[in-house]
Amino acid sequence: MMTIVKRTLVAAGLATALVGPALASEGTGPALHKQSWGWTGIFGGYNHKDLRHGFEVYRQVCVTCHPLKHLYYRDLMKIGYSEDEVKEIAGNYEVQDGPNDDGEMFTRPATPADRFVAPFANDKIAAMVNGGAVPPDLSLMTKARKQGPDYVYNLLHGFASDAPGEPAAWWLKEREHAGEEPVFPETKYFNDYFPGYAISMPPQLHEGIVTYPDGKSPSVDQMAHDVVSFLNWAAEPELESRKTMGLLTLLYLGILTTFLYGLKKYIWRDIHH
Amino acid sequence: MSTYTPPTWNNKFVRWFDERLPIVTLMHKELVVYPAPRNLNYWWSFGSLAGIVLVIMIATGVFLAMYYVPHVDHAFDSVERIMRDVNYGWLLRYAHMNGASVFFMLTYIHLFRGLYFGSYKAPREVLWWMGVIILFLMIMTAFMGYVLPWGQMSFWGATVITNLVSAVPLVGGDLVRWLWGGFTVDNPTLNRFFSLHYLLPMLIVAMVMLHLWALHTKKSNNPLGIDCKGPNDYIPFHPYYTVKDLFSLGVLLLFYAYFIFFAPNFFGEADNYIPANPMVTPPHIVPEWYFLPFYAILRAVPDKLGGVLAMLSAILILFVLPWLDTSKVRSATFRPMYKWFFWAFVADCLFLGYLGAMPAAEPYITMIQFATVYYFAHFLVILPALGWFEKPDPLPESISAPVTSQA
Ligand code: HEC
Ligand code: HEM
Repeated sequence: MMTIVKRTLVAAGLATALVGPALASEGTGPALHKQSWGWTGIFGGYNHKDLRHGFEVYRQVCVTCHPLKHLYYRDLMKIGYSEDEVKEIAGNYEVQDGPNDDGEMFTRPATPADRFVAPFANDKIAAMVNGGAVPPDLSLMTKARKQGPDYVYNLLHGFASDAPGEPAAWWLKEREHAGEEPVFPETKYFNDYFPGYAISMPPQLHEGIVTYPDGKSPSVDQMAHDVVSFLNWAAEPELESRKTMGLLTLLYLGILTTFLYGLKKYIWRDIHH
Repeated sequence: MSTYTPPTWNNKFVRWFDERLPIVTLMHKELVVYPAPRNLNYWWSFGSLAGIVLVIMIATGVFLAMYYVPHVDHAFDSVERIMRDVNYGWLLRYAHMNGASVFFMLTYIHLFRGLYFGSYKAPREVLWWMGVIILFLMIMTAFMGYVLPWGQMSFWGATVITNLVSAVPLVGGDLVRWLWGGFTVDNPTLNRFFSLHYLLPMLIVAMVMLHLWALHTKKSNNPLGIDCKGPNDYIPFHPYYTVKDLFSLGVLLLFYAYFIFFAPNFFGEADNYIPANPMVTPPHIVPEWYFLPFYAILRAVPDKLGGVLAMLSAILILFVLPWLDTSKVRSATFRPMYKWFFWAFVADCLFLGYLGAMPAAEPYITMIQFATVYYFAHFLVILPALGWFEKPDPLPESISAPVTSQA
């Protein structure tokens, strides 16, 4: 049995060894700076204070462009906001409702039972306002990119310049080496981590742009960390109960399987070996 | 293996019922006293494990289907609703999603077990056929299931694969449009895929029944690959193999639960969390890992029709395997040369799987072509020839004789 497992591993090893050289990456651009996120690992969980701070970054900055459509305002109660606070937060946004008894559509303030209100009425206007690119919904962003949390964190940091059309020095050098004309779109921003480097989103996080409830104004790094935490919660709100249930399940199965092993040994005691 | 005499059931109702529909007797005969070779190792657990995972897939699937909305405008959001607002919906969905991967792992191991120990040889050819049909149905089911959440990979995977049908000469174009129910992969496609994704698992269950019927007619092969000669070679299925399989199930569930609870998206593609968008093609369209070797073979042939035929042949060839392998000895344990070619074949399949995930560019294309040629050569050249060249080791007298020297 073990030899078969070993041989399968050897076979797999052989298969990868054959292609090892071909694997040499075409990789250009800086590597992702990996962060240690508190929710990874089997005991991982969220820090609710970080999540609330992250929500502040979202609602003070990102909300002007990005929807978060899979969340309801009531969901905020799960990260420590009181019902009154949620009512107040929701009340800042307007939703279209209707038709009323006169057959008219009308707007009213949002309630905790409403989904997060999207900044734009439709994709066309969103694209028009944002240089042709639609700001994507963020509620699944950390799951929808490879190494999502690290990617978003780095993306928020990775701008070469606050002005559009200004590529990074390393990129210019690379073009020079390759003997290529360094053409970069005038209206796009250079970002080290965005595929193709030319992103329509201007750099968002600057010192002093956000105030936390305690009156402090966080560093760029702090804001990036907090908003990514919040977005990961938005993408995986079930994470904490999933992991708790997982630990109990593994514990239960571990004990059960140990007993079954003993039972098997016992029942087979008179059969060969 | 004496003839079976059913017991007299004590419980009056059971007796009354069993006289009219002898299902209790059937269970007793096939699951309790059923004679199994005494030397089966843990590789023989994988069949029943796959059966249990099939039941889990159907159970979770039926509940998912209660909340899932098969419409292009709602499918993605309905899955997200299952994940967030349905009680334990995330558990159902992650169990189903990872269940598909676990199901394929078990089935592939089960299949390679058969290859190693020669379980496809006489008198088990029909049993083997049923297995190949199950594999084929599983592939169809999983492909259509992956389309249902209507993410980017769902849509583009469906587009790439259904387009293959257009390779059929003359009627190809009409055939794809008939399949799509329109001019592209669209709402009618999603609807029929959902319908079929619900139907095919039931056919799999039916095929599993036939598979087991064939098995119980000719009984299990065993690690020595020799026939059972007398009652000494057998032990009753219960309690010996029930407890052994239960222990294996415990180990499997530990493995399965780890992925459900701690790495639920490990086997998935991040792109499938982006809603389907027919206007934006993802940079790499990759199928689920369990399709990768077949996907590689598809790309080995520069011609579309040729690729499709190669991919189909890769599975169809398994049907004739019992006659391509000319050796009379079943178990690789006693086949000094086949043993090595078996592992070379395993490596080739893994290699093909790796190549299937790589972009369709050099040097991968050439590598894929070599690996594909080797895949077919294994069946068409190596196996027929080995029967002639190989000198098998002496076979033991009986199963009960060499038990002391068992590995
Ligand atoms: C002024 C509008 C605007 C604001 C404010 C804004 N973004 Fe964006 N964002 C965009 C646009 C436009 C895109 C699409 C970029 C493209 O596709 O070129 C985008 C894309 C993104 C992406 C996806 C990148 C990818 O891989 O596709 C992420 C992640 C993101 N924004 C995060 C944020 C976060 C976090 C905030 C708040 C701190 C924020 N954005 C604030 C306009 C904005
Ligand atoms: C042979 C067993 C089965 C296999 C291999 C299988 C495979 C799959 C796969 C790979 C997915 C996509 C997972 C994802 O990314 O979300 C899926 C989704 C789905 N399946 Fe199945 N399935 C099986 C049986 C069933 C059955 C019997 C039903 C219902 C009766 C069902 C209902 C669904 C539904 C509703 C979805 C969409 C929801 C979702 O994406 O999670 N499945 N299936």
